[in-house]
Formats: sequence, structure tokens, C-alpha cells
Amino acid sequence: MDGAVSIAKCDVTFTVNDELRTVHVFPMARLLDVLRNELGLSGAKEGCGEGECGSCAVLMDGVLVNSCLVPVLQASDASIATIEGLAKDGQLHPVQQAFLACGGAQCGICTPGMILATVELLERIPAPTPDEICEGLSGNLCRCTGYMQIFKAVADAAQRIAPR
Amino acid sequence: MSDAEQPKIVGASVARKEGRDKVTGRARYVDDMTLPGMLHGGTVRSSIARGKIKSIRFGPHINWNEYVVVTAKDIPGKNCIALILDDQPCLADGAVNHPEEPAVLLAHADRHKLWKAIDAVSIEYDELPAIETIRESEEQREIIWGTNNTFKTFLMEKGDVEAVWAGAAHVVEGEYFTGAQEQLYIENNGMIAAFDARDGLTVWGSLQCPYYVHKAMMKLFALPEEKVRVVQMETGGAFGGKEEYPSMLAGHAGLLAMKSGQPVKMIYDRMEDMAATTKRHPSRTRHRTAVSAEGKILGGEIDFAIDGGAYATLSSVVLSRGTIHAGGAYHWPSVRIRGKAMATNTPPHGAFRGFGAPQSLFAMERHMDHIARVVGLSPAEIRRRNFLQPGQTTTTQQKVSDEVNLGYLLDRALEISDYDAKRERFAAETFSSTKKRGMGMAAFLHGAGFTGSGERYLDSVAGVEGCADGTVRVLVSSTEFGQGTNTVLCQIAAETLHIPYESVVIAQPDTTAVPNSGPTVASRTVMVVGKLVHSAALGLKQTLVAAGLPGEAYTAEQFRAACGTFVAARGALKSYARYQAPPDVYWDDEKYRGEAYATYAWAVYIAEVTVDLPTYSVEINDFVALQEVGKVLNPILGEGQIVGGVAQAIGYALYEKVVWDHGRMRNNQMTNYIMPTSSDLPPIRVYFEEFGNPHGAYGAKGIGELPMDGPAPAIMNAVEDATGMRCNTIPLLPEDLFAAMKANREERLAEVTGTQGP
Repeated sequence: MDGAVSIAKCDVTFTVNDELRTVHVFPMARLLDVLRNELGLSGAKEGCGEGECGSCAVLMDGVLVNSCLVPVLQASDASIATIEGLAKDGQLHPVQQAFLACGGAQCGICTPGMILATVELLERIPAPTPDEICEGLSGNLCRCTGYMQIFKAVADAAQRIAPR
Repeated sequence: MSDAEQPKIVGASVARKEGRDKVTGRARYVDDMTLPGMLHGGTVRSSIARGKIKSIRFGPHINWNEYVVVTAKDIPGKNCIALILDDQPCLADGAVNHPEEPAVLLAHADRHKLWKAIDAVSIEYDELPAIETIRESEEQREIIWGTNNTFKTFLMEKGDVEAVWAGAAHVVEGEYFTGAQEQLYIENNGMIAAFDARDGLTVWGSLQCPYYVHKAMMKLFALPEEKVRVVQMETGGAFGGKEEYPSMLAGHAGLLAMKSGQPVKMIYDRMEDMAATTKRHPSRTRHRTAVSAEGKILGGEIDFAIDGGAYATLSSVVLSRGTIHAGGAYHWPSVRIRGKAMATNTPPHGAFRGFGAPQSLFAMERHMDHIARVVGLSPAEIRRRNFLQPGQTTTTQQKVSDEVNLGYLLDRALEISDYDAKRERFAAETFSSTKKRGMGMAAFLHGAGFTGSGERYLDSVAGVEGCADGTVRVLVSSTEFGQGTNTVLCQIAAETLHIPYESVVIAQPDTTAVPNSGPTVASRTVMVVGKLVHSAALGLKQTLVAAGLPGEAYTAEQFRAACGTFVAARGALKSYARYQAPPDVYWDDEKYRGEAYATYAWAVYIAEVTVDLPTYSVEINDFVALQEVGKVLNPILGEGQIVGGVAQAIGYALYEKVVWDHGRMRNNQMTNYIMPTSSDLPPIRVYFEEFGNPHGAYGAKGIGELPMDGPAPAIMNAVEDATGMRCNTIPLLPEDLFAAMKANREERLAEVTGTQGP
């Protein structure tokens, strides 16, 4: 026996990067595992498995979530955006461009989550103050950069996105 | 293109080579890779610190036929992780010497079933008393390693220490402690292995040193070198934490792959990674210093001890670097430095950025403030009077050949941080406030490359290859894990060959395809390997010139055509360069005397803090990091290295505490082992001075480890400036400051009330 309650796999349907997908999985499977193992989207990374580090962050209906803490059933009918869907037609998103230009990525493992956190932050606050940047990214841990160049990248991305 | 027209590639902040893959999520880390028929591997570990294994029981309710099971008896070669001494077993065989020691390996296609099975294996022990601290190890109540619990000792002597005490105006003593620190790369350790009888063993993993793993696998599997292949995947942070441990994990995955005949993936989760893998060595340093009335150091004794954990691993080398750096950036006319690495029943401590130097330099820089107070000089003045000058000798009696001017660095750092004015203002303003503000500094050095004869023993080789389409590939086993290896080595090759940066790529580190350019450690990659890439590129250019390429002024197009012609005619165009020791380098491995490092990086760091008395919390308000690291080959990457190192060192000083419980890390989660977040850090302001270095490629020195050395003492010096509290132990969490203040108050009360007379 796997436990007191036997739960069967079920179909779960949601949109990933503007594409409708249906997966046949256990309802309590972590969204992170479903993205990585069922859908081959390995951009979201597992750093801690307990919602501390933000490496697995994706956008669910525009809200930044740690996909290691989201049971896949909760994502039913939601719209998920992952790092793989950010660049369009080979053209990097301004946040990606800014991270490249400012040294915002070192080892790269936190980068997908950090970039999505930045996208979400700039959606909410198009021209964040330094404190709003620090606060806005405080759910995403980076061990390499000491954050300063990430802050620069966020400010730079805001400039790139701002309508001229 | 001639030199005059060529935009300088070295010195420019060109984009990170693998940056595009990283920002698009396409970069492939080991956990992103899947092989057909792949199983998942897991580890059954010891639950006690020390004992004999009586039995291993495989519980009922599990169909063990579904599982691959590996124990020590399945090891075809020697049961050890080959490194320096072969004392660490790959799998415990009859005895365990630390908690979380691997004993049994399991593999299954279903990860969930694997976890259930790991829980169903139980080990019965005859438990033995364990040693948990340096002090217990010294007391030798139990002998847990060798004949005296000592992995290694060093004795360094310069001048006549016995003669200095009589003439001293002050004899200043101090004792300083540093705790363990987890590297906390965000990507946990991981490895995939495949085995077949014809090709042997292949491992793909998150690692720093492909040839360390290669050597360890040859011994563990009793295979010849051509039957072991090690491939580095994109690596999500390392900081030393993936220097030696990957050999263990590669061995485990490899044993399961060999026994099952299927590829096996082993990815640690965070809790396993933190509990079982290496950390920074805890340390204790004792200083006894003779100082003149004018504040000149006359001489002294330094005793440096580190806790190595249960097996020797790299402790002797960590001890070596810590011992050599123990005297700091100062001139010691006479000194005796003793170093020792002691065994305890904790998982072995290992490489972590700075490698012994952050520990001994913490002590030195706290001690300098102590000396300043005793002598009655300012922290800046005591340092200025004792700084090493060019032409003087270090504690290893190496003549300082760098054109370093530490007094100038100090002046610059004081000015940038507005040190004097702020210190004065804080003293006045915070007298009656519960928010105490203070300024603290650290001045220090860090030797670049392997110590002494180390680079000669490594005998590194690097290569460059010209391809038919004019692309140049850099061939090294030096790995990228965020620091910028790929980018900077490509910059050096492009600059040397006068071709665009975009025309140079770096080969994936794979022991069947790249030469051994040595381990990616010790701040050696840009300086030592970069120089080899430079030489190899010069060799490639000479070959092409001999084959008809115009010697001095050629275009990128002419270069491409020359590569194409050469490859068509001869099959391949490769050039290699081997390390050559500078002719005047002298090093005595016995007496630990001579040229310890080809060159040093120098720095002065200044921290400004606020201590909030009601909450006992320390906030850093400003941090100035000024250093001389030779030529900075890529300013954005260089600054990234310094800021990242300072941030880790702030964690070391104020946040990151490993809580030990009978040799086991208790807080092995990111929820209770706290590293700095984006809202915990001050502005970290980075400044470079460039004096140059003849030993490194284009004048570069090592840079990666330096920023780990200075912040902790600078912060603790600032805390003392703010509060008067002498905090000589890190990390200093609010509860530690609370305890220190309470102890201090009780001490003074006792003095006043006479309850504790002499």
C-alpha cells in the first residue's frame, strides 16, 4: 500500500506558454515535476523543495509561484508562463537582455526564477525604486552575484520596457 | 586587423559566453538530462557519529528484487575516494566515523519507491564515543584517526621569536573562532553514470574538477584511464563545494550503474546535500604578539587549528593556505606559526572559497584592532605602521615583488567610505541612542594559484584548436560554474589571435576531449590557465604564420581562410601549452619557506554597521571593497566576483550558523540555515586598483577567493566600534550578541561587587 488513500492519476489541463496542454498525472504531483518531467520544460529548477529559494518560480495567471509548492491540480485551467516562453521568435525579452548586459546571471541556476520574478515585479511596478527591487526579489535566492548586478539588470530592464 | 585597429577584447565587459542559454532556460544542468532506461539512485547513511556496523537489515514489505542494491563488497577496485590520502571509504565497510556516512546504495526506476526503500534499510551499530570539537580531538580521550587525531601539522619560523618578548612594550594575546559554513550553491550535487564492459564508466555531473573525479574513478573501479570518462554539465554554483565531493557521488552513481547495467541518476535534495556534503572548516586561532611602544609588531606566535571532520580529504591543503595567510598583510620581523588539522566525527569539512584564509585572516584582522586598542592607536594607524612593503619578506620569507602600496589602498578606502568623519560623528551621535553605529576595516592579501611547488606538480596543459570554419575552440578542463571561466578564457584567446570574441568558443569539459588544465580552484584559472591559453594561442598563430598567414596584420577573414586551408591539408590545427614554473621560484616543502605564491591580490575593506540594542541585530549600512587584483580582464565579471564573495562573507559573519548535534548538522534546510536575501545586504561598492602582474595572462591575478577574506573581520571590528563588544567568534547572530553582552555585563558586575575576586 502506498498509503491509506489510493489516489489514481487524472487528467489536468492548463495553458503553458500560450499552448493548451493536458497531462495524465497524480493530482498531488508538484507542478515543478510535471513541467520538468511530463512537459520537458526544464528551465524551472529545484533548489530547496520547500519554497525558500525561488529557483522553481513560474508565473501562474500572472502571479509568481514556487512551482515546488503547487500541486498540479491547483493549476487546472490556469495559464502558466515559464522561462522557455519568454523569448519570442528568437528575440530575447527585455528582462533577459538586461540580465545578459548587466551580469545578472552567473551560474544561471536561479536565473529563470529571478527573471520571471523581475517580469512580474515590472508588471506590477513599471519603475520600481531600489527598495522595491530588493523587496520584490527577496523570494529568490542567488548565491553567486550578491544581487547588486541583478538590481542593475532590473533597473535596466525597466528602462528597456518603458515606452519611449 | 592590426593591433591599433583592434578593439581591445581583454578589459572589456563582453557578454558571458553561455549567458544566452542561461537567460533562456536552455542551459543543461545534470538534472535536466535523461538517458533511456535510466534509474534513480539513493543513499542509506549512518545515523550515528561513530561505531561498528553489526548488521544491515533490509525490511519486510519491500520487494527487494525490484531494486539494485550496492554495498562495499561490490566495489571492484579500492574502497576509497582517491585524493591526497586514501583514507575515506566510498562506502562504509564495518565501521562508521561520522553521521551521514554512506553505507548502502539503492536504485529504482521510480523515485518514490526509492525513497520508501531507503527508509526500510536499517543499520545496527555497536556505538563508540565520538569526538565533536577541536578541543576534544586535541585531548585524545578517543583516538579516532591515526595515532593522535591529527591529519597534518605545519611549523613556520622566521627570525628569533624568543628574543622579541623582552623588548616589547606590549604583549597582546587573543583567541578567535570561526564556525562551519555551507557553500549553499543553489544547484545541489548531482551525477549521472553509465557503465558498459567495452567503454567503461562515463559520468556526467555538476563538478569543478573533471580530472579529480577521473583519478578517483580509476582507483575505485580499477579501470585504466581510457575507460573512465568524466563530463561536466552546466554547474549551478560550486564555491569549492564541488571540488572533492563529486568524486564520492560519481563513485556511487557509477557503482549502481555497473551493477544494474543501466544508467543511474543521483540528485541530492537540499536536506541531504546540506547534511552529508562538505562545509568550511571551523577554526580556532590564538595570537600572542610582541608590539613596540610605537605600535610596530616585533614578532609573535600564531597557533592555527582547524576541524577537518572524520577523514583527511583536503584538510592538509586548507591548513596550508590558512597557515600561510595567518600573518596577514603585515611585516613580521620574527614569527612562529603553527598549524594543525584535527579529526572529529563530523562529515569531512572541505574546500570553500578562501580555503583556510578566511579563518586565519579573521583572527589576524580582529587581532589588529585588539593591538590598536592596547597600544592606543587607531585601527588605520596600527595597520599603516605594519603594512608589508615591497622588498620586505612575508612570513614564509618571500620577498614582496608586487608593486603594492597598501598605505595608498588604505587612504583610498578611508576616503571612499568617509571613514574618519563618520567614525567621529557616530561616536558623538550614538552615545545616548539604542542604535549604535560604527565603522570597521580589514586589510588583507590572498595568494593566487596553488601554493609553493603546487603548480609545478599540477603540470597543467591547455590547448586551442583552429577549426575549418575559422572558429577557435579553447580546450581546457577548467570549468565554468558562474565565475566566468568560459568568457575570460575566450577573451584571452580572441585577444591573442586578433579575432573577434564571437569567433572563439570553449569546449565542454570532457576528459576524452580536453587536456588536464588542473582543477578549477585556488583563484588560478584566469592567472595560470589563462596564461597557458595565451601561450597556446600564440603557438597556433605561429603555426598559421609559418603556413602563410600574414604575420602581423591579418583580417578575421584571412585568419578563417588560413584555418580552412590548414585543416584541409593537415587534418587538424591544435596547439597546446604546458605550465612552466618561473625560473626564480624557490619553495621548501619541509620548512614551508620561500615563494608561497607567484603573486598576491591585496585589499582594504570597510564596513559601516548599525547595532540595534533592543533586538541585538546588526545591520550593515555600507560596504566598501577596494582591491588590487592586477589587470581586470572583464570588469562586469570581476565586479560580480567581488560582490558575490562579499555577500557570502556577510553571511559567514552574521547569518550562517551550522547547528551541530552529535556531529550532524541539525538545521540542514534553507528555512533554518539563513543565507542573505536581496533585502539583507547593504550597497556593496567595488573599486579596483590595477598594478599589474607579470605572471598572469595580460597582467591578471587571481580574484575569486579574495572577497571572502575581509568582510567578516571588518564587520566584527565595526560591531566593536559601535558597541565596545569584543566579538571574536563568528557567526554573530542576535542571540550570540545577546549572550556576549550578558556575559560582559556579568563580568563587570562581578568586578564592581567583588563577587569574583582574583
